[in-house]
Amino acid sequence: MALLEVKNLGISFGGLRAVDQFHVSIEKRQLYGLIGPNGAGKTTIFNLLTGVYKPTEGSILLDGISLVGKGPAQINQVGIARTFQNIRLFHKMTVLDNVKVALHNQIKYSVMEGVLRLPGYFKREKEMDKKALELLEVFNLHEEAGIIAANLPYGKQRKLEIARAMATNPKLILLDEPAAGMNPNETEELMENIRFIRDKFEMTILLIEHDMKLVAGICEQITVLNFGTELASGTPDMVLNDPKVITAYLGE
Amino acid sequence: MENFIEILITGLRSGSIYALIALGYTMVYGIAKMINFAHGDIIMIGAYALYVFIELLHMPVVPAVICTIAVCAVLGICIEKVAYKPLRKATPLAVLITAIGVSYFLQSAVLLIFGGTPISFASIIDSKALSLKIGSITLSGITIVTLAVTTISMIALTLFIQKTKTGRAMRAVSEDKGAAELMGINVNRTISITFAIGSALAAIAGILYICQFQSLKPTLGALPGIKAFVAAVLGGIGSIPGAMLGGILLGVIESVSKNVSGELADAIVFGVLVVVLLVKPSGLLGKNKTEKV
Repeated sequence: MALLEVKNLGISFGGLRAVDQFHVSIEKRQLYGLIGPNGAGKTTIFNLLTGVYKPTEGSILLDGISLVGKGPAQINQVGIARTFQNIRLFHKMTVLDNVKVALHNQIKYSVMEGVLRLPGYFKREKEMDKKALELLEVFNLHEEAGIIAANLPYGKQRKLEIARAMATNPKLILLDEPAAGMNPNETEELMENIRFIRDKFEMTILLIEHDMKLVAGICEQITVLNFGTELASGTPDMVLNDPKVITAYLGE
Repeated sequence: MENFIEILITGLRSGSIYALIALGYTMVYGIAKMINFAHGDIIMIGAYALYVFIELLHMPVVPAVICTIAVCAVLGICIEKVAYKPLRKATPLAVLITAIGVSYFLQSAVLLIFGGTPISFASIIDSKALSLKIGSITLSGITIVTLAVTTISMIALTLFIQKTKTGRAMRAVSEDKGAAELMGINVNRTISITFAIGSALAAIAGILYICQFQSLKPTLGALPGIKAFVAAVLGGIGSIPGAMLGGILLGVIESVSKNVSGELADAIVFGVLVVVLLVKPSGLLGKNKTEKV
């Protein structure tokens, strides 16, 4: 069975049909791309998958567990983490603390242990530091651990968002335009990082991207979205040469 | 000179109480983006609760203080759950009016139970026994206890917010509620904890306040409440060091101006607020927010 099974997903905002009859099935360890022109409904799908929006109809199953009706925090605990198109780090916090916030449900101690600074508190905090630094090292951010997140260069902020999402220990990670605003070198490095987390953590990844080089380079499967519905679906070669897709992107 | 030091110490004493209360305003504002105008009445409930535990139930001081803090913390959580949570997505004005409603509800409830005549209530701090003489200046026991308790509370709060996972979750929620939720943070629980901590600090302030004024009435929380709110705005609402600084500054200014003119003291205090806000609208330690277009 696929890790993520989405069937007949739809949402309307007033009279606007933002997503209609969307289907997708993503296998474990797959790198899946979601592409489409601006306003096609890609981010709306991410918001539906993460519980920010409640679908008007349809079903979402992650590892057999239905996500419809669950809130964002619950869905995160079932196993979906995400990044954002416009970076939404905790800008006033340090790089390390950003990752540690996301470890909230992985390493636990009670409020009282924290207030009274019992031995458990120090042990767990140390555990958190270690885990957070390990993750930062994957993205080559460990040397900046003490810096305030807002002061990181743009490309590194994007990477920190991925590290933070990874810290919630997800089964599926959703990347919303991870290469937006990156230069070719940074994009190259990012592709390496994405492949690396897939291989090392056996991660399943669904990404939205406009950079066709990145999509064609790393995605194994692609769905093209247009006006909220699926236009085409398949391997990058198939999809990117599909006349329907070319028309949608470039016009008649 | 000695006179001046005494004025300063009096200012520090009332200022540190304002700071404790202001912390509650600022923390709740930071996380729930609302002004909890019922916060001053938590001080009043704290004072009455202490009275009930000590005078009516004859409890020893330490358990009575702990119970008072617990009562206020639980009350804070309940108020948020019943009155504010259903309005999480409502307009700020609706929440503001609700908060004023809660404030009157608490005052009326206490009026109904204890009546309107002031009740005298002897201080639980033995001010003479604890007093300290440094040179020609005498520090009363209540001053020493107030300064010690408020300093410890503020250090503990800072450590809690900076160094524990709950504190981190609070900072994350106050910065970006949506992103925090998507990282698996239970926002409702975090807001509840914030109200509990704010109300616990108000309870401590209430206890220190009543030890000083020794008279209970249902409206006793109004004035310290509003002054602490001023302190929070003065320091920059949403900023924790700002609330501490604002509170202490307000206490000292008040104490100095009382010495200049008893009648004009409050006018001077609020005048300072007006001037600071004219020069720096976001408060002393507040961040200037530039709206992104």
